[in-house]
Amino acid sequence: MKRYVFLIAYEPGGFEQAAAEVQQSYFTAHEAFSTYVAEHGNELSSAALADTDTATTVRHLDGAKSVTDGPFVETVEMIGGYYDVELPDMDHAIAAAAILPPAYAVEIRPTITITA
Amino acid sequence: MTDPAGVLDATVREQWGRLTSLLLGHYRRLDLVEDALGDAVEAAARHWPARGVPDNPAAWLLTTARRRLVDQLRAESMARRKGVLLVTDAERRQESGRVMADPGGVVDDDLLRLVMMCAHPALSREAASALALRLVVGVSTHDIARLFLVPETTMAARLTRAKKKVVTAGIPFAVPSVEDLPDRLDAVAQTAYLAFTAGYAPGSGPDLLRAELAGSAISLVRVTLAQRPDEPVLLALLALMLFQHSRRDARLSEAGELVLLADQDRTRWHHDEIAEARSQLDHSSLLRPMTATAAGYVLQARIAAEHALAPSAAETAWPRIVASYDLLLQVTSSPATRLARAVAVSEAEGAEAGLAALEGISLPGSHRLPAVRAELLTRSGDGDGARSAYDEAIALCRNDAERAYLVGRRDRTAG
Repeated sequence: MKRYVFLIAYEPGGFEQAAAEVQQSYFTAHEAFSTYVAEHGNELSSAALADTDTATTVRHLDGAKSVTDGPFVETVEMIGGYYDVELPDMDHAIAAAAILPPAYAVEIRPTITITA
Repeated sequence: MTDPAGVLDATVREQWGRLTSLLLGHYRRLDLVEDALGDAVEAAARHWPARGVPDNPAAWLLTTARRRLVDQLRAESMARRKGVLLVTDAERRQESGRVMADPGGVVDDDLLRLVMMCAHPALSREAASALALRLVVGVSTHDIARLFLVPETTMAARLTRAKKKVVTAGIPFAVPSVEDLPDRLDAVAQTAYLAFTAGYAPGSGPDLLRAELAGSAISLVRVTLAQRPDEPVLLALLALMLFQHSRRDARLSEAGELVLLADQDRTRWHHDEIAEARSQLDHSSLLRPMTATAAGYVLQARIAAEHALAPSAAETAWPRIVASYDLLLQVTSSPATRLARAVAVSEAEGAEAGLAALEGISLPGSHRLPAVRAELLTRSGDGDGARSAYDEAIALCRNDAERAYLVGRRDRTAG
């Protein structure tokens, strides 16, 4: 099994502004995704994220902690949620990502193990 | 055939992909297999002249490469080994014990697995092309770099990055599911065609070897076609490549200048390859429904066939070529295709019709559009318009040989 994090990008407000049946299709797609992952691997965790206007970024600048309002990178698309899953390989990861709502762009990132 | 170097060359050429796929299927170490096989080839070059060519040269290479791999694996800790293993499909894992038989009777699916891994859509097409030429066809990094006109260190880094992505992202050494297969075969075809066209991209000077290297992209298609003999996209692409490749010896003059299709010595075309391309294009599988990519290759191959089969440039069936371009534009509408169609229209119906067909085409930054317009304006008798279009083309052209050709044309254009 390989572990992948799926980062979901979509336009802010897209879901809230959608018609009820479109919103329902989102739920259906996420359920189908979870079913697929359960059949072929494991879903470790997932979350929908609040909009980036609620984000806070912490950095260190010249050795001092710096806290700023906003995401670490300003883009048109934002990360709206994530899945952390285990699947056999990239082909399964692509198949799973394709199940999610078509309005999404899904970035598949393999995880790595850092050893001391 | 007892010449050791000749046997070794032929074995590498014909068996590299098969040996690589066998070793990868068993040891799943993309970082070690290629080097181990390379070492085995070096050892063969040293030992065979003195000790004689073994009865089964491919099996000798396989055994030698396996020994290197086993030595390396022993030297490593298990902890390190785990993270870098290639992902394979479950079915493959179960049979991994028996595929190490002699390479004459292997499970050929391993070779298809290797092709599908190299041409995976999660890799950039440039990376996939390089990886497939290296692992499936056995082209050296040096030669792949030459084909793509990049420094060898750049190509070596590209290959290393591609292999790292395969392993880290879990791109599987596996045959895709039935529903994904058409898309994945399209990806293989696009990967091979990119490598092929790289061999014909204008370089900084005459380089016959690059055209020969384009032939290794044909080998990639042949290897895949041997595993999937009736796939329309592979049949159509093979026909297209063979038609284009058959003209390689006539493309350059003795002085090394590009010779246009109309001026080529047709006796120097490889007519055996043209005959093979024709029979591929007549394959009954090309009557079945196919992907848009496959349909595009069929139509391009038909256009290439008109050129290849015309007894002379003057006898080319331009109206049929225009008709094929019209269909091609329905499958894939690109400005480059529309430009090629306009050229065909000018040959079929005259320069004025060709100029009309150029209307609305936009190819920013390319010298090809003004170069074609200049040529058609010349033919229609508009010398001033032609010269200014040539000036525009010359300013945009980045290739020395082509620019020299355009300058010559401009200077010969009467006012």
